[in-house]
Amino acid sequence: MGQTIAEKILSAHAGKNVVPSELVISKIDAVMVQDGTGPLAVNEFKKLNKQKLFNPQRTILFIDHAAPSPRKELSNSHNVLREFAKEYGAVLSEVGEGVCHQRLIENYINPGEILLGADSHTCTSGALGAFATGVGSTDIAVVMALGKTWLKVPSSFKIVLEGEFQKGVYAKDLILHLIGLIGADGATYKALEFTGSAVKNMSMSDRFTISNMAVEAGAKAGLFETDEKTYEYLKEHGREDKYKKIKADSDAVYEKVIEINLNDIKPTISCPHTVDNTKTIDEIGKIKVNQVYIGTCTNGRIEDLRIAANILKGQKVKEGTRLLIAPASRKVFLDALKEGLIETFVQSGAAIVTSGCGACVGVHAGILGDGEVCLTTQNRNFKGRMGNTEGFIYLSSPAVAAYSAIKGYIADVREVL
Amino acid sequence: MELRGKAFKFGDDISTDHIAPGRLFHLRSNLPELAKHVLEDADSEFASKMSKGDFVVAGNNFGLGSSREHAPQIIKIAGVGAVLAKSFARIFYRNAINIGLLLIECDTDKIDAGDELEINIKEGYVNNITKNEKLTITPLPEVMIKLLNEGGLIEHIKIHGDFDLV
Repeated sequence: MGQTIAEKILSAHAGKNVVPSELVISKIDAVMVQDGTGPLAVNEFKKLNKQKLFNPQRTILFIDHAAPSPRKELSNSHNVLREFAKEYGAVLSEVGEGVCHQRLIENYINPGEILLGADSHTCTSGALGAFATGVGSTDIAVVMALGKTWLKVPSSFKIVLEGEFQKGVYAKDLILHLIGLIGADGATYKALEFTGSAVKNMSMSDRFTISNMAVEAGAKAGLFETDEKTYEYLKEHGREDKYKKIKADSDAVYEKVIEINLNDIKPTISCPHTVDNTKTIDEIGKIKVNQVYIGTCTNGRIEDLRIAANILKGQKVKEGTRLLIAPASRKVFLDALKEGLIETFVQSGAAIVTSGCGACVGVHAGILGDGEVCLTTQNRNFKGRMGNTEGFIYLSSPAVAAYSAIKGYIADVREVL
Repeated sequence: MELRGKAFKFGDDISTDHIAPGRLFHLRSNLPELAKHVLEDADSEFASKMSKGDFVVAGNNFGLGSSREHAPQIIKIAGVGAVLAKSFARIFYRNAINIGLLLIECDTDKIDAGDELEINIKEGYVNNITKNEKLTITPLPEVMIKLLNEGGLIEHIKIHGDFDLV
């Protein structure tokens, strides 16, 4: 019997052929924590009385969620991570270096590997053909010590993508559409495997956006097979030697097959307060926005910023609306500077925010006021997500976000493309 | 393990942002303090009204969202006896078991706010004393029972020196 991508990677790491629902002890190639989950992982690791990390070079600590720190308690938590990195030789990603998931794909994760992260959007690296999934701090503490963990082998949903995106429609619209279709728990415990003729035309940036949001349907992983685009991406980031062909067998068994024709997708918006509460732009009506946020691990890449800059060039952000832009990493920030995108943003009236998670996690740098509406390119719109339960969060593509900043309400970007 | 307490009802899709909101990020280094705000964004009075041993009773997909283990941690620290729901989100489920918080899957539509419940894990049922009705529990996987009995994942590793689950 053939295997899915998830089954292949888990088999290689468990040292035997695994089947869905089986519980295995699996080797883990890399682990990460961020400043929200890391201090607890450090605390739990210390309970195990281990003198060393199992693999310090691939134990990566990110300071990105509250960076730079808005208060002393968080500054102290950051210092817990800094001291731990120093004492145990772990890798530290400092304030301003970027969002953990963006830095992981740029620098650290390779096809065929298993990454466990104490952050739910760890699934982003699935676009590189890596089995990447979010767990808690205690799980990470144990992997830090032992280099392995227990995993239940997920069954897989095959998401077959055909056709091509119409004008003004992007990977973000596709993944919001899919989550709206199957629901926020539609793929709980499953691996999503994206395939079909449309995939080979998708940029790596598109694939990262899609994998990033797999967890919003409850999935354990969001996986793509590797191809020339994966190779080119790794080469661009100096890791072409890590390229490996990762592909499901043609006779792999899937629990469900979902076919989506990209031609049918319209610009899609998630409405408050759940990601699966989706509407097309045609259905949304005129919703005034107080804040627009472009960035995050979902849509803060250079490709996203180019799309936004193209729309904002020569335009002004509407009075009464504020636009915040956070390049997902220092590399993205530098590329955007070189390409003149930052100048376009600043000229349009945008505020540029430090590369990091920023407003998305509701800690600082863009907390909503009572009754305020934010249109954002992030992946979550739960009540209270952006620091205020009285705020209303809508999710969209960078194109719709940029155009809406100019109009002052959620607007159909197809009008200007 | 026998547990008895009162039901506090919540709806579907209670996220980790409802349980341990991002705006209280700075309290993550002080879990007893954070626990005073447990589930605050779903029911602002829950923490002050609940007594030790009471139950959180919710609908589908409890605990969706972030991987923050602080969410199950503060439910446990607040003294909640167990969380009962129709279904749980994956990471929350794993985190809860790892830290020794009991989760029960059952038909929670049959429980109303304020109902007195008794949970019998061994026999696999929830007794709704108020309604005089027994609800069947979806059995916990063996690995979960083992981790719970041993006091969570860290204790498991300390006892066995390694994984002893498979």
